[in-house]
Formats: sequence, structure tokens, C-alpha cells
Amino acid sequence: MSESLIGGLVIFVLATYLGAALIGRVPPTLHTPLMSGSNAISGITVVGALIVAGAGLGWISTVLGFLAIVFAMMNVAGGYAVTDRMLQMFRKEEKR
Amino acid sequence: MSRATEQLVYLVAAVLFITGLQRLQSPATARNGNRISGVGMLIAVVATLLTMEIVTPMVIVAGLLAGSAVGFWMARTVQMTAMPQMVALLNGFGGAASLLVGGAEFLKSELRAEQIPLDTGITIQLSLLIGAVTFTGSLIAWAKLQEVMTGKPIVFAGQKALSAALALAVVGLSVYQLMTAESLLWPFYAVCAISLLLGILLVIPIGGADMPVVIALLNSYSGIAAAMTGFVIDNSVLIISGALVGSSGIILSNIMCKAMNRSLANVLFGAFGAAGPTKSLKSAAGLSVRSVSPEDAAIQLAYAQNVVVIPGYGMAVAQAQHAVREIQELIEKRGGEVKYAVHPVAGRMPGHMNVLLAEANVPYDKLRDMDDINPEMERCDVAVVIGANDVVNPGARTDTSSPIYGMPIINADHAKSIIVLKRSMAAGFAGIENELFYNPRTSMLFGDAKQSLTKVIAEMKQL
Repeated sequence: MSESLIGGLVIFVLATYLGAALIGRVPPTLHTPLMSGSNAISGITVVGALIVAGAGLGWISTVLGFLAIVFAMMNVAGGYAVTDRMLQMFRKEEKR
Repeated sequence: MSRATEQLVYLVAAVLFITGLQRLQSPATARNGNRISGVGMLIAVVATLLTMEIVTPMVIVAGLLAGSAVGFWMARTVQMTAMPQMVALLNGFGGAASLLVGGAEFLKSELRAEQIPLDTGITIQLSLLIGAVTFTGSLIAWAKLQEVMTGKPIVFAGQKALSAALALAVVGLSVYQLMTAESLLWPFYAVCAISLLLGILLVIPIGGADMPVVIALLNSYSGIAAAMTGFVIDNSVLIISGALVGSSGIILSNIMCKAMNRSLANVLFGAFGAAGPTKSLKSAAGLSVRSVSPEDAAIQLAYAQNVVVIPGYGMAVAQAQHAVREIQELIEKRGGEVKYAVHPVAGRMPGHMNVLLAEANVPYDKLRDMDDINPEMERCDVAVVIGANDVVNPGARTDTSSPIYGMPIINADHAKSIIVLKRSMAAGFAGIENELFYNPRTSMLFGDAKQSLTKVIAEMKQL
């Protein structure tokens, strides 16, 4: 195993535990926005898509990269925007 | 931007994602948290663009614009009731992106006749497999939720054996691809095709009402796929974000499974609800139900002090959330109190009911979780069950022969009286008779929930 793979594994395992600790404290009322919001985060693949699409690695990689950017950006833009739309509806009872 | 600076900016992005998730712990800070997370995404993209050597800028600009435009359009136009489908689709897009990036990385090296190092090879294969399963699995989940295809489990003889064989074939082909010294493309295409097929096969046997678990699980897969892509391109921000999302989805699926008293394996492979109605209630035939008119329901509600509304998927189907809120306000005007009891698996995704009620301007502090409301149910004057069935079935407590035996329920039957809004006497998703409907304190208000409630509202206003 290469050093970068081991470094990656360390990060992966620690981040998994961190995620578990964070998500465990999200109240059920926010579970839908949590899913759409975390979904948007998984659109981070757009970074990988940009790298393969823009680097001129041959036409197949460029086409696949282009499609990957489109999919990942739909994920990112759609995910954040719809989460925002949901969260703005959540309000506390007004004091009368 | 230098490589080192880029890495530091990615670290900042990761911290912003974590902060964003942290702020989701309260509805008061959640919106702000989501925006912080969005900023993290923006700076990660910008840092990438500033660091990389861009040979084909038009491809990048076109991709970013097209994806954003479609994404924003979907987010603006989607109905709140259709949120489960939307999230399923977005999961699928994330999976597709990972599949494509993995594929592009593989083909790039193959075409240049470069030897792919073993560890990169393994992560490419994983990125292809998980990305493809997430993609087609999510499309099937979307089709089921959108009712483009039947929500009933699709099962056929030898299905599990076929899935297992295909999974083994993927593993075998991947190993072959990694071990062979030759530069071969066919195992790559085979892995992609079989993985896509596998995603379909894994989701078609799962019924519509089990979709909360499936969506949560696919959410997790999309995260893991992103992390695998991170390993492929050796990028830590992808690994961190992917791992965060991966564990989030797993935790949510676990919560859903616990709320149904079923194991994840049973949800995924049990084909729950495929058998059709079972007669688990011994004497449903001899019992009678009492139906009630909207006028009588209105009188009951108008003079109640303590009302608990129990919403289910039927409320979403009938779009009845706004009518429910109106009734809540009428009761409050008369000095009564209204709370909402939300079962963890009510609806088609975790938290589905909460979003619909928020859309109808119901303050979130009126919403109660199952465990909080159950001890209070005895003091409740009227429990109003709207389009919920299995989650209020007392058979889950007592009837050991019932398929849902052991599932925690909301104790609607402990209330002093119960009004059930329902289209007909048809059984719920699990195909089980519900004793609650035959309870002497229960009255049934038959018809479309929204129309029934509108009539009740008109009657209440005249009282």
C-alpha cells in the first residue's frame, strides 16, 4: 500500500466517526433537510470531475468528465438550493 | 495557486462542511449551517479551478452552467410532497458522477498504456461499482416514489441468487482486471454494466413504504462513492466529505430500521408487503366500524382541549397539510391545544411529515417524536389519524402473528377518542388489518383527507 492510500484511509475512518457523532445529534424534525444537505456535500465529486474534464486527457475522458461535472453540479446546486428552501419554512411558534 | 495552498483551502472547505452539519442540530441555526456548507463547496471548486492546468475551459464552463441551471430549476419547482423523489434523484446524480470520474481515470491510463498502480486500481473499481449501484438504484427508487413503476416489491424466483452471482462476477472481473498485465477494456465495460444492473436488482424487491430506509442507504452509498473517487484522484476533501455523508446515511437507515423493529437485511431482502393482505387479526369479520359525519367530527374537535394529530403518507398524497393547520388554528382559537405526533417512518423519507407541516406553517415546536408523545396520549381528548395506518396499529404490541409485531407505534388507541381519516377500509401498506379501526372509541371519517377536513373546517366555523 502506498503512503497516500494509508493517509487517505486514516482520514476516511476518522471522518466517518466524526460524521456519526455529528448526525446522531440532528433532531428527527430535520432529517429530510439533513439528507438533502448532506447529499449536496457528496456532490464534492465535482472537484474530481473538473480535474478529469479540464486536463485534456483525450476525448473520452473529456466527455466523461463533462457529464460528471453536469451530474455533480445538479447534485450540488439542487441539493443546497432545495435544502435552503425547506429550512426557511421551519419556524418557531410566535409569541402572542 | 500552489498545490500546498490548494490543500489548505480544501481543509477550510472540509471544516465548513463539518460546521454546516453541526448547525443542523437545531432548526434555528440549520439554514445558516446549510449556507456555510455551500460556501465550503464554492471555495473547493474555485481552488480546484485556480490550481489545475485547464486545457479545455469551455467544457468546464458548459458543464458547470448546465448542471447548476438544472439543479436550481429542480430545487425551485419541486413540490414539498415530492421531496423523497428529489432526494433519490440527487443521490443518483452523485453516484453517476463518481462512476464517470472513475471511468475517465481508468480510460485515461489505459489509453496512454500506463500501468495503473494496484491501490489506485482497487479504488477505481470500487468507485465504479458503488457509483453505478447508487445511480441505477436511485433511479429505481425515484421511479417507485414517482409511481412511474409499481411501488410493490418485484420479486422472481432466483432473484437473490442472481444478485449474488452478479456481485461475485463484479469482484472476479475486478480482480482479473487488476491482475492482468495486458491492457484490457472489456472487463472494465463488464464491471460497469453488471454494476448498473445490480443497482436495479437490489432496489426492485423493496416496497414503496420501505423507501425511507432505501433513500437513506443510497445517500450513504453516494457519500462512499465520492470518498472512493477521492482515493482515486488522491484528494482529501473528497475523502472527508464522502465519509461524512457515508456515515450520515448509515445512521439514518439504522434509525428507520429501529423504528420498524426490522433489521436492515430484512428491509433489503425481505420483500415486505409482497404477500398481499394477510388475515392476522383473528376476528375482523365479526367487528363493525363506526363512521362519522364531518359535522360530528367538527363538534368533537371544537370542544376538545387536547388534540393530537398523527399524520402519515396519506396526508402527503391528499396534500392535506394546509387544511390540518387551519383546523389546528380553529381549535386553538377555542382554547384547545394541538400537537403533532410524528412517527420516524411516517411518509416516504425520514422527516417527510415535518417538512410538509413546516410548509403549511406549523411551528416546529408543536411537533413531537413518538417517544415524547406516547406517555401523554392518555390525556389526549381526540387523536386525529390522517392517512397513517401501520404506525398506529395496536396489533404491533399484542398480536404475535402480525408481520409488524414489535414495531414501536404511536399509542393513538390510548386517547379518549380517535378520529381516523381514511379513503376506504383497505388495508395499509403492510396489508394488515388494523384493530384501531374497530375500537369502540374510534370513529372513521371516510373520504379524501383534504376534502373531509375542508368540510370539518366549514362546520367548525359555524359552531
